[in-house]
Amino acid sequence: MSEANPKILGFLCNWCCYAAADAAGVSRYQYPPNIRTIRVMCTGRIDPAFILRGFSEGAAGIFAGG
Amino acid sequence: MDITRPIHIDYAQAVPATYYIDPDACLFLKHETCQICVPVCQSKAIDFSQKAEEKIYNVGAVIVSPGFGKISEEVLKQYGYGQHPDVVTSIEFERMTNASGPFQGELKCFNDGRHPKNLAFIQCVGSRDIGCDNGYCSGVCCMYAIKEAIVAKEHDPECEITIFYMDIRTQGKDFDQAKIKAENMGIKFVRAKVADVMNWGKQIKLTYSTMDGTHSFEPFDMVVLAVGLESPKDAKTIADIAGFELNQYDFCRTEEFDPLQTSKEGVFVVGAFQGPKDIPESVTQSSAAASLVSSLMKSKRGEGVILKEYPTEIPVGDDDEVRIGVFVCHCGINISSVVDVASVAKEAGKLGNVVYATESLYSCSQDAQEVLKERIKEHRLNRIVMTACSPRTHEPLFQETLKDAGLNRSLFEMVNIRDHCSWVHAQEPEAATAKSIDLVRMGVAKSRHNKPLLEQTVPVTKTALVLGGGLAGMTTALSIADQGYPVHLIERGATLGGNLANIKTTLRGESPAKLLKTLTAQIKKQKLVSVYLNSELETVSGFVGNFTSVIASGKTKKKKEVTIDHGVIVLATGGKEHRTKKFKLGTVKKVITQLELEAKLAGTGKNRAPDSVVMIQCAGSRGADLGYCSKVCCNQAVKNALKIKEINPESQVIVLYRDIRTYGFAEDQYKEAREKGVIFVPYKFAKKPKVLSGKTDVVEYFDPILQEQVTINPKLIVLSVGIVPEGTETLSKLLKAPVTADEFFLEAHVKLRPVELAVEGVYVCGLAHGPKPIDETIVQAQAAAAKASMPLVKGSAKVAPTVSVIDKETCIGCGICVSMCPYNAIKMLKIDKKRKAETVPASCKGCGICASRCPTFAIDMGGFTQDQVMAQIKAFGNIEEVV
Repeated sequence: MSEANPKILGFLCNWCCYAAADAAGVSRYQYPPNIRTIRVMCTGRIDPAFILRGFSEGAAGIFAGG
Repeated sequence: MDITRPIHIDYAQAVPATYYIDPDACLFLKHETCQICVPVCQSKAIDFSQKAEEKIYNVGAVIVSPGFGKISEEVLKQYGYGQHPDVVTSIEFERMTNASGPFQGELKCFNDGRHPKNLAFIQCVGSRDIGCDNGYCSGVCCMYAIKEAIVAKEHDPECEITIFYMDIRTQGKDFDQAKIKAENMGIKFVRAKVADVMNWGKQIKLTYSTMDGTHSFEPFDMVVLAVGLESPKDAKTIADIAGFELNQYDFCRTEEFDPLQTSKEGVFVVGAFQGPKDIPESVTQSSAAASLVSSLMKSKRGEGVILKEYPTEIPVGDDDEVRIGVFVCHCGINISSVVDVASVAKEAGKLGNVVYATESLYSCSQDAQEVLKERIKEHRLNRIVMTACSPRTHEPLFQETLKDAGLNRSLFEMVNIRDHCSWVHAQEPEAATAKSIDLVRMGVAKSRHNKPLLEQTVPVTKTALVLGGGLAGMTTALSIADQGYPVHLIERGATLGGNLANIKTTLRGESPAKLLKTLTAQIKKQKLVSVYLNSELETVSGFVGNFTSVIASGKTKKKKEVTIDHGVIVLATGGKEHRTKKFKLGTVKKVITQLELEAKLAGTGKNRAPDSVVMIQCAGSRGADLGYCSKVCCNQAVKNALKIKEINPESQVIVLYRDIRTYGFAEDQYKEAREKGVIFVPYKFAKKPKVLSGKTDVVEYFDPILQEQVTINPKLIVLSVGIVPEGTETLSKLLKAPVTADEFFLEAHVKLRPVELAVEGVYVCGLAHGPKPIDETIVQAQAAAAKASMPLVKGSAKVAPTVSVIDKETCIGCGICVSMCPYNAIKMLKIDKKRKAETVPASCKGCGICASRCPTFAIDMGGFTQDQVMAQIKAFGNIEEVV
């Protein structure tokens, strides 16, 4: 993992944060390209195991958007 | 504005998006030469030998919706149109600001291509103008001019914009907010009628005088004429053919209490031909007409319907080889201008189980669906990864294609490299490509675990619940019953009718009391409607097609509760007069509301129309207690002022207003009131009139013509107080249905779904949606009935397969999931004396809280299983697990 270019794993709720990320695209808001996202139907779906596994796979941070 | 070829598509979104030959430009049709297009067309689609055919259809009803016509060039000429290239109509301006327009959305002067630095909008061109026989107000121009001004300002924040207007008529729901936004952006609103438009070199000079008597001349780079809605060109022909009557302005004539019925039985009218109107109103009218027609023809329902058939689903089992197809979309240049699509497809092709990877220009186009089907067949694909845009908008389309190809729709996966990548990393193409490759790898990893899921269908209880027994509720209940379905009509009060009982007459002179009598009689006669008076909704549970509600009737001591099963809910809970504390309402006896005046005028009291009356519009509305415009008060004031004049022609009636909003044909009555001597005096929000108490109670206001404060001691002070919704707060919590900042119910989509709420199976109409007059309420109630009848007609509702699944073997019956579930979608069962949890799929919203909390991992989520998400996380860490 390089500090200058950290990889972030994001879990996005389909109904709010995923929609907001879509809206950010439609409005052409620019943000750093470091995040890789997984769509879930609700952040309530995020099992603690997902977060731990994310870190062990090299995520510099986990983003839960809901 | 731009060159079009003789064979063209009008604009990118035209329906159908098919090329057509312009007969006025075609050399063959004009001069019988050329015909080059015939051999050139590869699909041999051009055949000049075709002749127009006449066909006869037998139909049960006709809906007329020809739209509106153009304001004539004669009228436009008076405003310099045609004499200066930069005097344009608002319709032309709309095209100019559009990305698919002649300048690709760039704002340019026609004269020399420079960017206009100051821009003027002239309102009421061809409307509210008896000079061109259009006495009516077109109702939509103020709002669209504000929109166009905002768009122009967004293009060029330096551009100075002035809107010249008579009244700003943004009476629609939340429309005033747009005006406030425009003002905050620096767009100037000047109340003045432009007297002259003159060429001034490259510029155009406008002459206008404001209310204070000053004359001004001002040059502009561009002038936009906010043109009104004319009756359609062939209105008379259509009316003659169909045999119905037109009104004095050549729009279709309809009755106030039956707004869509033409004078010919079985012929209905919708849209601008019924009277100028905007998109939400037109869409609402179309649904309402559908309701009217479908109840007329209910005996024929279902006849001639062709059900779409799908091929038998190809079984995809756990042991079958996983064959993934990856499709990477260019989305025109939306993706490919940033992301290297070719290398994303190439990398995808290297991933395990991927047997086919390709690019496509527009994956969502019709021909691309055919290609997708062919590739599924050709490569025996059993998982599809569409690398394109958002599943929120496009997943249903592709899933439909999968079904057409015989694949279960859950075998589809979408990777969003447009909204989440190319659009948001436009300056970093390499990083965006790298991200796309990662996202595709994660998508492919998930799709390896995608399994076919069963789509459940649940039966619908073919009964409706209508809350509120006012005009909206009664109309909607009758319409649904007319479709043939039982309705439970719940009214909180002791009688039906709501506000309708308080309105004595309408602006057009109709009698609401008569309407109420007719509706009440019809409801009594209609066996399908059960009325519950003195009743309220206590609880509601369930989902579209299967709601269960508890209705409490009677007073607290003798309260009776009934449980009702129903498939849909219509909210028609209405509103009430807003009792403002301002202007000494309630403390000074001679200060009353318009409704109170109306009751007084309808009575026989000797002094009911005194010699002097002052009316104050927007009392407590539009920025005071209430943020919004209540739409009906201006008409009500004009109506009551006319009534006073009728009873006592000597009476001096002064109406203090901000903008008189007698939109549509009500403008005629506004004109009549002025002719009969009613004095209308505008005031500004910052300089509101005051009610002062001393020896007597007087009104003090600023007169813009005299330019000074005036004090008057009238016999009556009448406030137009606006409308507030009733009980939406409690209901919104009960139903989890959103409300606006002003506590009116918020429709699912303002333009496209104006009577549906975001909660499926719940609909809204009447004042609960927003303030509106009687005719619009009737139409909206009919529209809500049409929408609410749809699940009832279908008889079944589909449940998304992304629900929780509980493995009974692993479940220990702890019940944590039951207590965590926000939707009561898990119940406990006893199986062999052991407690086990079970999902109610129709109630499950697929949130997955149960799955992430289950201590024994007995619960998994359809489409978002432990395996699928874990595979995505591993792929994030670049681990590939081929199955």
